[in-house]
Amino acid sequence: MIWFLLPVLAVLAAIAYGLGRARAQTLARGLPKRDKPHSRPEQHGYYALIWVAVPALVVVIAAGIFSAPIEHSLIAAGSPDVVTALEPFRREAFMSDARAVGEGGRALQAWPGELGQALVTEAARTARIHATLVWGAVVAAVLAAIMGGLFAFGQIKPTLRARNRVEGWIGGLLLACSAVAILTTVGIVFSLLWDSLRFFQTVPVTEFLFGTQWSPQIAIRADQVGSTGAFGAVPLFAGTFLIMLIAMAVAAPVGLFSAIYLSEYASSLSRGIVKPLLEILAGVPTVVYGFFAALTVGPAFREFFNGIGALLVGGPLDGIGQYLMLVQNQMALVAGAVMGIMLIPFVSSLSDDIINAVPQSLRDGSYAMGATKSETVKRVLLPAALPGIAGALLLAMSRAIGETMIVTMAAGLAANLTLNPLDTVTTVTVQIVTLLTGDQEFDSPKTLAAFGLGLTLFLVTLMLNIVAQRIVQTYREQYD
Amino acid sequence: MTEATPDTLATGERDSLLKRGLKARYAREGRFKLYGLLAISVAVGFLLLLLARIIEQGHTAFYANEITVPVYMDPARIDRAYPQGTNFQQMVAQQSLTRMGITDDASGSLNTAYRALLSSELKFRAADLIRENPALIGQTVQVTAPVSDEADLYYKGELTRDIPADQRRVTNQQMDWLDGLKRDGAVSTSFNTLLFTNGDSTEPELAGVLGALVGSALMLLVTASLAIPLGVGAAVYLEEFARKGRITDLIEVNINNLAAVPSIVYGLLGVALFINWAHLPRSSPLVGGLVLALMALPTIIIATRSALKAVPPSIREAALAMGASRTQTVFHHVLPLAMPGVLTGTIISMAHALGETAPLLLIGMVSFVPGIPSSLTEPTGALPSLVYIWENASERAFHERTAAAILVLLAFMIVMNAAAILLRRRFERRW
Repeated sequence: MIWFLLPVLAVLAAIAYGLGRARAQTLARGLPKRDKPHSRPEQHGYYALIWVAVPALVVVIAAGIFSAPIEHSLIAAGSPDVVTALEPFRREAFMSDARAVGEGGRALQAWPGELGQALVTEAARTARIHATLVWGAVVAAVLAAIMGGLFAFGQIKPTLRARNRVEGWIGGLLLACSAVAILTTVGIVFSLLWDSLRFFQTVPVTEFLFGTQWSPQIAIRADQVGSTGAFGAVPLFAGTFLIMLIAMAVAAPVGLFSAIYLSEYASSLSRGIVKPLLEILAGVPTVVYGFFAALTVGPAFREFFNGIGALLVGGPLDGIGQYLMLVQNQMALVAGAVMGIMLIPFVSSLSDDIINAVPQSLRDGSYAMGATKSETVKRVLLPAALPGIAGALLLAMSRAIGETMIVTMAAGLAANLTLNPLDTVTTVTVQIVTLLTGDQEFDSPKTLAAFGLGLTLFLVTLMLNIVAQRIVQTYREQYD
Repeated sequence: MTEATPDTLATGERDSLLKRGLKARYAREGRFKLYGLLAISVAVGFLLLLLARIIEQGHTAFYANEITVPVYMDPARIDRAYPQGTNFQQMVAQQSLTRMGITDDASGSLNTAYRALLSSELKFRAADLIRENPALIGQTVQVTAPVSDEADLYYKGELTRDIPADQRRVTNQQMDWLDGLKRDGAVSTSFNTLLFTNGDSTEPELAGVLGALVGSALMLLVTASLAIPLGVGAAVYLEEFARKGRITDLIEVNINNLAAVPSIVYGLLGVALFINWAHLPRSSPLVGGLVLALMALPTIIIATRSALKAVPPSIREAALAMGASRTQTVFHHVLPLAMPGVLTGTIISMAHALGETAPLLLIGMVSFVPGIPSSLTEPTGALPSLVYIWENASERAFHERTAAAILVLLAFMIVMNAAAILLRRRFERRW
């Protein structure tokens, strides 16, 4: 790692600041008043500081980002045939052992025969490559700092517009900060696309989008039963959709009515109590909801349905009774209901904003006509706020689709193509988690399928978000 | 000229009709108000239920039962050079059985059953005593250690004799022994310090949250040191410097979309970018912090922008009129005034990052990590992923510990959120 350079750079930059400042002061001394320097000495100092720190920082960050992949491919490129012949998983283990030995540590496992000898030479080579890269980066960074510093000192004179230069740099730095957002998006899209494309080379897109069989278990040996997995994602989409519907059925009315009550009826005192409570509800981590769903809501629902089933068994509704008796803890209803509760504060705070944004004159007009509060809400406020509320609900839907922990802990793993809320279903996010946790190779279709699912999830939620934001924005402009 | 419309209804009839209509309208009004109240009670009631259930399930994990047993440090069985190699549990079990006058069968099944009541912590504590003072060998020493998880549950009343014998892991005989220990006054109940001083463990009675706590803290450190400067910088640029144009529009739309991207997608990004491509160590706080930073960034930008927007233009104009440059105006006047709002938004987004779980699962934070991490690149756990791991554990005693870990996590969230609210109150100002 090269980050140890950062404190060194900080010291260098501080020195540069002091020197630059002093130099500007010396140069300015004794000048007649009309030749007064354009900028203050501090600003010259900052100018020097920037020229020392920025080039070196660029080197350090580039080294930090690129040195690991470069090191990895350099080591992989020059490794002897014994090593390249290994399976990918074993090769990774071998290389990490080589790295450990090269750093003076111990190998995690004993490598027999030729591999044992190769380990010694590989360890030396790995250490050499690592040292070359690190020292190369250190030298480059220090050189960059020195060159930048020399350049800046050459520039410092009373006429230098140091302040403007420094401010230009600051502006550029801030722009770079904003660019990180774009880079993140690019990163998301590329990482998802890249691995998805590899996945779609083995599994056709049509099979993925329209297939109704989901069993991603791929046998390790080719001759095992069911050695080819099935990657038809329709059951996952159905499960996600079902849970989302249940969640919205809970969150939409409860959230909306809470918002209406809080904005139109509640006294400022009760508003002051309820709002923070809803904020707490919004701040509870989803893993907590998942725990609650799995350990409290699930068993409670099962007992409830089993109880009803027990009542029905033997009567005219014997079939339904038998079915209800078999209902398990993990069902779509549990995950959906708890997720709905999670979304209440989200829906209510968004709708609250939107209802509050309806101008008071509309309310006053309605009251003046003799309408009651509820009539005003139903006939005036809601129609006026409807597009905004629709946007809020769409945002909540996209949240429900992307929510992971509750469904992972409460919905189950069996991919059933069903719309029955009492059945176990599985969702896109649950499958991503199960495909990527545990030991697996990073190149099997099973792992890559997670990226295919991720891409689908990303695109669907992205579309929902864009539509929702459009609706909310166009609506908001109406009263401006 | 107004013409009186012929009134077909008698005045009395009309009045009563109106009154009835009015009554129906008021009833509707009341019902509507009731729905609102109902909705709020559902939300608040659920919150209370959730907290009550978790406290109910978790509070027992904060105390633990310990036993103090006499151990005859048998010189024949203790290796002076390597005392921790001795199977102290077996020794204690044997001695206790002998003291009770029970003879074990040939296969030693009674010994095994007694041993199951003792935690492996006993071994370490006894070994520590000997290491400190080797003269103890050959003497009888009182050793205090936690009881095993099942025994602990029995003492806490969560395992009773009513449960059918095949559904519990503590036999009637073991319960008799435990009762005997209690009668002899060997059992003491105290605050469960191990919960806060240990890392994760496969044995529930020894499992603690410290490792996850430190992991979470390290991760938040990375997240905060990246996301806050980047986020505030980006917001300042967009709000104060950027000329409205295509690029800034693009950035803006982008940020709004990023704020709504599901967290698990950030996990996938972390796997693809930081682990597969950059070869950063899996399950390390560094990778976790990077992923969470990218996730927190849009929220911080949005919060900071609205804080900056709230600073009135007159402040900027006054500074500019005094000859300050744009940069000086922003950094000397606008940003300090917006700071409370910025801090509030930042703290809330950090609290969110602290509770986020899904991306951590993808970058490998579900693996079992017993130790306490000491660097950014070591494998570690985090509080929310610890909750997930413990929830999936099969031992019953992990249930209460899961709830306890949740309480610790919630305590942190509440402290952070309260800080944010206080800040908002303290610095709230009207322009």
